[in-house]
Amino acid sequence: MSTAVPQGRRPRHLTVGRIGVYAFLVTAALFFLLPLWIMVVTSLKPMDEIRLGNILALPAAMTVDAWSKAWSSACTGLECNGISVGFWNSVRILIPSVILSIIAGAINGYALSFWRVRGANVMFGILLLGAFIPYQVFLYPLVRIFSMTGIYNSLTCIVLVHVIFGLPTMTLLFRNYYAGLPIELFKAARIDGGGFWSIFFRVILPMSTPILVVATILQVTGIWNDFIFGLTFAGRENLPMTVQLNNIVNSTQGERAYNVDMAATMLAALVPLVVYFVSGRWFVRGIAAGAVKG
Amino acid sequence: METISIRAPSTPSSATKARRSARTRLPAAIALLPTALVVLVVYIGCMLWTVRLSFTSSTLLPKLDWFGLTQYMRLFANDRFVTSAENIVIFGVLFISGCLIIGFLMAVFIDQNVRGEGLFRTVFLYPYSMSFVVTGVAWQWFLNPGLGLQKLVRDMGFESFTFDWLVNQRMAIYTIVIAGLWHGSGLTMAIMLAGLRGVDKDLWKAAKVDGIPTWRVYTSVVLPLLRPMVVTATVLLATGVVKLYDLVVAMTLGGPGIATEVPAKFVMDHLFERNNIGLGTAAATIMLITVVIVLAPWVYARYVRPQGRHA
Repeated sequence: MSTAVPQGRRPRHLTVGRIGVYAFLVTAALFFLLPLWIMVVTSLKPMDEIRLGNILALPAAMTVDAWSKAWSSACTGLECNGISVGFWNSVRILIPSVILSIIAGAINGYALSFWRVRGANVMFGILLLGAFIPYQVFLYPLVRIFSMTGIYNSLTCIVLVHVIFGLPTMTLLFRNYYAGLPIELFKAARIDGGGFWSIFFRVILPMSTPILVVATILQVTGIWNDFIFGLTFAGRENLPMTVQLNNIVNSTQGERAYNVDMAATMLAALVPLVVYFVSGRWFVRGIAAGAVKG
Repeated sequence: METISIRAPSTPSSATKARRSARTRLPAAIALLPTALVVLVVYIGCMLWTVRLSFTSSTLLPKLDWFGLTQYMRLFANDRFVTSAENIVIFGVLFISGCLIIGFLMAVFIDQNVRGEGLFRTVFLYPYSMSFVVTGVAWQWFLNPGLGLQKLVRDMGFESFTFDWLVNQRMAIYTIVIAGLWHGSGLTMAIMLAGLRGVDKDLWKAAKVDGIPTWRVYTSVVLPLLRPMVVTATVLLATGVVKLYDLVVAMTLGGPGIATEVPAKFVMDHLFERNNIGLGTAAATIMLITVVIVLAPWVYARYVRPQGRHA
């Protein structure tokens, strides 16, 4: 994909058509950039400038007050500790969830593509179908199960939920990748007397770097951006950043501090944006791989 | 008699072989066990539990009585649910077709040997990396009539310009569509562009020799070739439609009134806030049935039919 070259018609010189092409692309780019631009400039303005001025204009009296306020003292209901609380909660949810769901996906993918376990493909089929079922179908019984076991509304609970609902994509991702590895490799390792785990750790895992990168990108952005699971399972003490952002923006009484809202929004978008810009083409690969290809 | 005497010697050896291979496969089976358990308990168990609860009169706490189809009757007589269902159809149709059209156009235009291709691609796709909450909050701010787009245009001299969709009962759902398109069309563009790069170069040469206009090649030749990409994108977008919840919560909270309620939100509200588990699970079951009906032809085309052809 990365080595492919554009295959449209060779451009001659600047014709009406070429101008049209650029006009379309630039217009589209402006549409996509507009909300980001507005968020950034709004977050850097004082409130009276927001009330009177132009929403698109650069701030006349630029200030980062809103950013520091959003980070450390914006209010959600009665607590005014800023969105930093949500940030750290999200980090504490993110790290174990990403690591565990990737481990689970890798082991599943490996077992499914190299070891013929009876019933494994049926299990995988149900898992894949499960990926299409709306979460609302599982949530209530899951809440009951977690309350019965006493871990409802805890960090363990939300991590477990992320691992459970990450299983279809992660398993599929690794299974497809491992299915592409030469089977002779596995057979040779078997003849050398390798068992399930020794082959996994010594042969398969060292060859998994590309897919581990893709899986990490997919899970980091996915789990960071999750709202519904955090809302339902994390409990008040562990609410992730997305839930806290929504609370800050949509539950304020009195006049809304739009600059603080926008700064908080930017802060919440920062991690996935950094992942996106750093990972570049890998991000697209992740999406393409995450798309159920069967 | 004879058959037994022939079979007898071979039986033990194949049994030991099977036992040996079962023993070497044991770690693999154990490794798959947790996932099998999750599939059984969560993906099957919880689903059946939800369906079962939809036939009960459960309110705050789950009961296991038999209430027949009463909850379903209530559901379809419920304005909030009917509005939710209508909204998800409007959103689904406009969002999926919009993303496909905009995504395809962007991919085609990017594919014209333009300068700064990487830049355009990055700009078109970045919204997809952000959460629906961020998307909703950003568009809520831009479209609010008091300080957003409406004020901007009025300040430019068009005093009578009105754009109050966000707070207009009849139009609010379309603002959700706009925000959704902003978030999702880049994804379609990325998928379509990958498809366009896979189109045979000779095809373009042949078309040029025959003097076929470029747009005609795109609509009549390239688009049919991109069918698999269109299907992939549609499936991805459709799963997004079913999940539509965070965007609505962040942008309109279902309002004004109940104008932008969606099924996922209906279920969540009834399960966790309105203490009406029977009605909530009935709505969840309807969502499940709808997904199965929509999904069935795709699963059939993708998995059942190709196998049938080989056999």
